Amino acid sequence: MKMLSKLLAVLAVPTLLAMPPTASAAEVVVYSARNEQLIKPLFDAYTRETGVEVKFVTDKEGPLMARLKAEGKNTPADLFLTVDAGNLWQAAQEGLLRPVNSTALKANIPAHLRDPDNEWFGLSVRARTVVFNRNRVKPGELSTYEDLADPKWKGRLCLRTSKKVYNQSLVAMMIWEHGEDQTEQIVRGWVRNLATDPFPDDTKALEAVAAGLCDATLVNTYYFGRLMEKKPNLPLAVFWPNQSLKSRDAGVHVNVSGAGVTRHAKHEKEAVRLLEWLSSDKAQNLYADENMEYPANPRVKWDARVTSWGSFKQNLINVAEAGKLQAKAVMLMDRAGYR
Amino acid sequence: MLILENVAQSYGAKPVLKDINFSLKAGQIGCLLGPSGCGKTTALRLIAGFEQLNSGAIYLDGEAVARPGACVPAEKRKVGLVFQDFALFPHLHVAANIGFGLSHLSGADRDNRVAEMLDLVGLTQEASAFPHQLSGGQQQRVALARALAPRPRLLLLDEPFSSLDVELREKLALEVRDILNQEGITALLVTHDQHEAFAMADRIGVMHHGVIQQWDTPYNLYHQPNSRFVADFIGQGVLMPARVLNSRQVEIELGVLEGRIPGECSQEGGCSRCDKGCMVDVLIRPDDILHDDTSPVLATVERKAFRGAEFLYTLRLAQGGRVQVLVPSHHNHAIGEAIGIRLDVDHVVAFRQ
Amino acid sequence: MPEPESLSIPSVAAPPVGASSFTGRLGPWLAVLPIALITAVPVLVVLSALAHPDQTIWEHLWKHVLPELLVNTAWLVLGVGLGVTLLGVSLAWLTAVCDYPGRRFFAWALLLPLALPAYVTAFVWLGLFDFTGPVATWLRESFGILKPPPVRSRSGVILVMTLALYPYVYLTSRAAFLGQGRRLMEAAQSLGQSRWHAFLKVALPMARPGIVAGLLLAVMETLADFGTVSVFNYNTFTTAIYKAWFSLFSLPAASQLASMLIFFVFVVALLEYQTRASASYAASSRAAAAPSRIALKGWQAGLALAWSALVFGLAFVMPVWQILDWALNVFEQDFDARYLDFAWHSLLLAGLGALLVGTLALVLGYAQRLHPTSAMRVAARLSTLGYALPGAVLAVGIFIPVAWLDNQLIERLGLEGQVLGGTLAVMLLAYCARFLAVSFGPVDAGLGRISKSIDEAAQSLGVVGARRLWRVHLPMLRVPLLTAAALTFVDVMKELPITLMTRPFGWDTLAVRVFEMTSEGEWERAALPAAAIAIVGLLPVFMLIRHADHAHT
Repeated sequence: MKMLSKLLAVLAVPTLLAMPPTASAAEVVVYSARNEQLIKPLFDAYTRETGVEVKFVTDKEGPLMARLKAEGKNTPADLFLTVDAGNLWQAAQEGLLRPVNSTALKANIPAHLRDPDNEWFGLSVRARTVVFNRNRVKPGELSTYEDLADPKWKGRLCLRTSKKVYNQSLVAMMIWEHGEDQTEQIVRGWVRNLATDPFPDDTKALEAVAAGLCDATLVNTYYFGRLMEKKPNLPLAVFWPNQSLKSRDAGVHVNVSGAGVTRHAKHEKEAVRLLEWLSSDKAQNLYADENMEYPANPRVKWDARVTSWGSFKQNLINVAEAGKLQAKAVMLMDRAGYR
Repeated sequence: MLILENVAQSYGAKPVLKDINFSLKAGQIGCLLGPSGCGKTTALRLIAGFEQLNSGAIYLDGEAVARPGACVPAEKRKVGLVFQDFALFPHLHVAANIGFGLSHLSGADRDNRVAEMLDLVGLTQEASAFPHQLSGGQQQRVALARALAPRPRLLLLDEPFSSLDVELREKLALEVRDILNQEGITALLVTHDQHEAFAMADRIGVMHHGVIQQWDTPYNLYHQPNSRFVADFIGQGVLMPARVLNSRQVEIELGVLEGRIPGECSQEGGCSRCDKGCMVDVLIRPDDILHDDTSPVLATVERKAFRGAEFLYTLRLAQGGRVQVLVPSHHNHAIGEAIGIRLDVDHVVAFRQ
Repeated sequence: MPEPESLSIPSVAAPPVGASSFTGRLGPWLAVLPIALITAVPVLVVLSALAHPDQTIWEHLWKHVLPELLVNTAWLVLGVGLGVTLLGVSLAWLTAVCDYPGRRFFAWALLLPLALPAYVTAFVWLGLFDFTGPVATWLRESFGILKPPPVRSRSGVILVMTLALYPYVYLTSRAAFLGQGRRLMEAAQSLGQSRWHAFLKVALPMARPGIVAGLLLAVMETLADFGTVSVFNYNTFTTAIYKAWFSLFSLPAASQLASMLIFFVFVVALLEYQTRASASYAASSRAAAAPSRIALKGWQAGLALAWSALVFGLAFVMPVWQILDWALNVFEQDFDARYLDFAWHSLLLAGLGALLVGTLALVLGYAQRLHPTSAMRVAARLSTLGYALPGAVLAVGIFIPVAWLDNQLIERLGLEGQVLGGTLAVMLLAYCARFLAVSFGPVDAGLGRISKSIDEAAQSLGVVGARRLWRVHLPMLRVPLLTAAALTFVDVMKELPITLMTRPFGWDTLAVRVFEMTSEGEWERAALPAAAIAIVGLLPVFMLIRHADHAHT
């Protein structure tokens, strides 16, 4: 009963019912699908530098978008920060974002990493590339994403599940380049070459390659970086596919994490300023290096760990295309039996 | 005290009670006796107030507690109940169970009344025991004390002994009867066990298919059953074919019986007068026949059941009829043996065939 | 022998007089309707998307996705259902009715897996037993076994979910076994039945409402689960719902799938209730007699001990050992003063949630007891459907009406900012919508074990209404209520989608920490908050067992 009376006392606390965020001028509210430990250091730095308080909640991108939509013009959110161009494109599509006309952002972020209508801007680049087992793959064997569908890789490929948006974007880009029919053939080839069922995450796929269950996989580089930091002796190495100038394909598939100002932002100016700051030289390292990603701003130097994996040519198609084709890609992978 | 007037009850199209009429005087113990599904429990629940009455009326102390559309809720009827499963509150000890319905009393009054009741049922030692620590008989007495504690106008007992061991039943029934008489309680018992009914009740209503076949004293039910059902349901015995000789005599296989032969044959069938030569069935109870070694009438022992002081023999007569007879148990006859019997019929109960 | 007649009073056709006399016929509905609405509104919001079906996506799902998923889901539900029943009932029987070395310890220890988020357990299993894990590596390096039994398989996911969910069945069927006492079993055995036969013919049927209550919870959680099946990349119905929503950006298609799920669960729940209603197993107060345990000897005792230890080891010791190992690795890096806040927030939410949800479950169960009509039954079942919906879908269903109401308030009253959104009150309401089933199950089963004559006894003694609830039912429901509260407590502690979506700014809980870490695949770092959840979540489990065992000795 003592417990009960304590709980009742807590219930009576007036703050329980209403904790309305008071709208002060010097604050900006962020809905973020990028997790807390990656953005909090940035926001703390921003507050130290400008005195503007950054309030944020994290959640998955789907619920955050549903939330923005439901709140409509009374949303407290000023900035929507998420991973993957598909999500950014979808947010713009649903009318949740507003165009931002900022010379600083245009100067800092290359055209293929931001929305053609300037509703969102990429802030870090995530490269999805090939990682292989050095003991089992000869250097000349690897060439392109498409080549991994070749029968010579039978039983040697590991993949993460098609449910992860990273793979969906990659396949969406392939649809843009090759069209649906050819892409489906490629994906079917991948599935035929699988050594084992798709993994729930990149790290597990990497560990499988390291353990010799298969020879190569497709992962975002920072997972590779994280794993190698923990276990430096694994026989893994990065390969940059689709680099050949002669071939018509364009380069390593990249995606972005990025942000846009919400349509009904109460602190639009502050939100734009935060966005500009995030794209600036000093913030970009903090933003990207924390997770071993690549800065979106091409003038910013890469983290030493990231540099050690070598430089590469990116695919320069606007990442928004991946968003447009994402649903098609998902259905294509379903058809091809890629789980 | 308690009056049921033209009470009828049905659930949907299914009639459960039909035109029930009976009454109990203050201090009387009544009983509704009948097989499963005869409607006796429904009658009890109507009196308690757990069911809504369809038609008729129930009076308690002259107050109409139930009429169609107007009824006093169970908690206001001041009717005590002893349940078949006793329904003791498992989280309360004995004294708290008994004092449960006394919350209107002050602390001291309540304690006094509980002590009084504990004393009455002889459970003073067990006052702080929990129900699951008691024997079945003790639980039964707690249930009784709990129901009596608030001084109900009427006590209802729903198969109160059915979950007890057979040996315990009769003993407890007598005990309970003594307690009720001592306290001057008016009570109505519902049971399917005639021994319980006989041990407890001043008045018994035998129920069948929702109808009270006969409302009478135990003695009359046994000796003057008004229907084949009652004759069959109450006590032991057989119905033997008989021929009416005149208004005072009938003849059966064993001889001539003398007694008042009902001019009208029994209620069943509503037949016309029974005159000489008309065939009837007579009820022969085991106590209507005596074992007499000197008697010329012989019958063969077909079955025997040892009852301690006596044997209940089932005998086959020469012409194939069967009778039952109670014989002191030092007369130990083997099955198949022929023994002498004679009739000793005090009064004749006859039903037209 | 009890006369059957007195049991077959058709209470549905003729509601007890006493009930209507104190609250009236409307009374229970006034209590039940708002509760039913708490769940019904979000569910209806989700279903309302049905009005705009997405033909293309639906056709695609129907052709390429659903066939596999339906088979997968059916197997999963079947497997987990059988698994949790086998584990839950056998262990409940052993610890409630028998005696063997270690029985006292296992009685409470076997509940502990409840405190672990199932998806974390799943990840531990994958880490330990998958191809790259220590077990497979050891097999490979020591014995050259290249292909150990694959843990990422149908049987793997069934096994892991069974180990995570059996405590529901264990808890509810244990309460049922404890409640029925020994006499019935003894009576059955005295009639010449073997102990095994008596168990099958008497104890088991009588405990059925309890067993089924737990089983239903486990099945609903299995159907709604996304985290665990994702770890195994095992595609179920929920996978399709998330795919339609997050990958194909079609909330309507997701709703269509969700409504199929809801419909299925609703039908199952009603069917279960229908069969149960036809056979009432209310034990009388007499039956709750002093328990004398069946003392197991020799190999039987050894087997009981081994079985308990095996389940406990696999479901709790092993995952906890791994979680603690990971947690210690990142402790210095990640642990800071904020963890006190996280833990406090988790405790506060779980405590208030348990209290509120438990209370509502009691109201719902009690109203249904007073008015056992079909309409009431349907209303009660509707109120518990939130547990079968994938959490994120329900969260959106809750958020949309709250935001709508907020917008109305803001516009009509000229208020600023959010009024309801981001308050604990909304969070708690949302937990009600989600977890009412968790509380309702034990309370309903507990009420079912109180015979009707107990109510009537109190009534005939002049005690009805709130006084009867307070003096008779609440004390008799102590264990079921504690069970309900403890289950809700640990479930709220572990809950993610609703907490994420409705929490106030900067108001993170331990579960939110788990999310932050796992969303980028940092499972080792997620171990720290997961361990904290386990530690804090054990509190109510301990309390429950202490009280439950006290109540029966």
